Amino acid sequence: MTRRHLDRALGPIALVLVALTVWLGLWVTPPDETQGNFVRLLYLHPALAWVALYLAFGLAALSSALYLWPRTRSQRWDLLAASTVEVGVVFLTLTLATGMLWGRPVWGVWWTWDARLTSTALLELLFVGYLAMRRVPADPHVRARRCAVLALLAGLDVPIVHYSVQWWNGLHQTDSVLVGGFHFAIHGSMLWTLLLSFIAMTVVFVWMVRRRYEIAVTESALADAALEDAVLERRKEGVR
Amino acid sequence: MWRDAMLVCGKDLRIELRTRVLLWQVVPFGILTLVLFALALGPSATALQRGAPGLLWLALLFASVLATTRSASIEAPEGTRASIRLLGLDAGGVFLGKAAALAVQLLAIAAVLELGLLVFFHVNAARLGIASPLELCALAALAAVGTLYGAVVAGTDVAGTLLPLLVLPALAPVLIAGEKGTAAVLAGGGPGRWAIVLAVMAVAYLAVGTLLYGALEEPS
Repeated sequence: MTRRHLDRALGPIALVLVALTVWLGLWVTPPDETQGNFVRLLYLHPALAWVALYLAFGLAALSSALYLWPRTRSQRWDLLAASTVEVGVVFLTLTLATGMLWGRPVWGVWWTWDARLTSTALLELLFVGYLAMRRVPADPHVRARRCAVLALLAGLDVPIVHYSVQWWNGLHQTDSVLVGGFHFAIHGSMLWTLLLSFIAMTVVFVWMVRRRYEIAVTESALADAALEDAVLERRKEGVR
Repeated sequence: MWRDAMLVCGKDLRIELRTRVLLWQVVPFGILTLVLFALALGPSATALQRGAPGLLWLALLFASVLATTRSASIEAPEGTRASIRLLGLDAGGVFLGKAAALAVQLLAIAAVLELGLLVFFHVNAARLGIASPLELCALAALAAVGTLYGAVVAGTDVAGTLLPLLVLPALAPVLIAGEKGTAAVLAGGGPGRWAIVLAVMAVAYLAVGTLLYGALEEPS
């Protein structure tokens, strides 16, 4: 299978995986002993969080560092960082939304000032700031450097979000799938559905970032072409 | 690097002494914030005392955004940043110098705000003095973050609106640790682990800023 075929197949594969997760999560898996049917939201929430926190913002921090490093500096790293942050913010918003939907019936509140929730909300705001910075008109290289610094600074919050449940004993549960190394705390169809949701959301993320990156490259090429046309136009005016 | 830092710090403080923006704009804004918070909480001494630590740090945070804007605007005029680059100063030194100047200014603002806290919020002056080490660490962190984000938005047309959006979420951990530490001191304890948390934050932000500031100052 060539890269182009794989690229074309990525969307349908993502769709099938999400459909499978929904089917398993809603119809095949049993209700939880204590949470009842509300557990079904948890087939989505941790997978969304994994994509946003580790995959999207990790990739954004890595590509930003590669942009800032003079030897690897290339506009594609900047465009990749921008694409991953944009998709990451969508996933993080969904993480918070699904968490709130689950929290209302199980915890009794939509929101609580737990360390995990607070640090996640701050992370979302930091990356919203990144997206705001990207929309400020500036020289592309200046903007890329500024955004790379912002992504790295915001990325510092990711380990805080990760360890917040251990550093502060809040309401949010600690590791509840893999406990004590590679020992699974849940079993059977519940475990497989949860693992599938992680794969499904990862594939959706890859597909979305690829599409967004292509758009960003096209936008950048169009902006360069428009600039070149404007320069040529001015030169012609000068000749006349 | 340290020599460059001293040079830049002296330059920023001299400009502040001549223009007195801090005295006539930032400090009155900080006091105004405290007064408005007191009005929002009502005249109950218990409510004011309970809210005092959080409100002190919130007022300091808002004032620090103004002080950061001012600090970044010193290099805003066309060609100033290029002139500084031509001087061949070490970027890390420039960052540390600007952060040190901002920290000195924040210290002055904090002193006035604490006076406001004594007058309007009826807190114990002796207990507030014990919080000084915690405060110094927090101000160093505020200055480091402010200087870095100030450089990120410098030269943009929307710096005034963008800076608070960028810098306030980044400063939220300082607000939390500062409030917790001050509340612990005012309740009769010590700043304890919150002073350590703030010291770690200050060192981390200063180190990251020293590393990254050069990237922001590169010519386009």
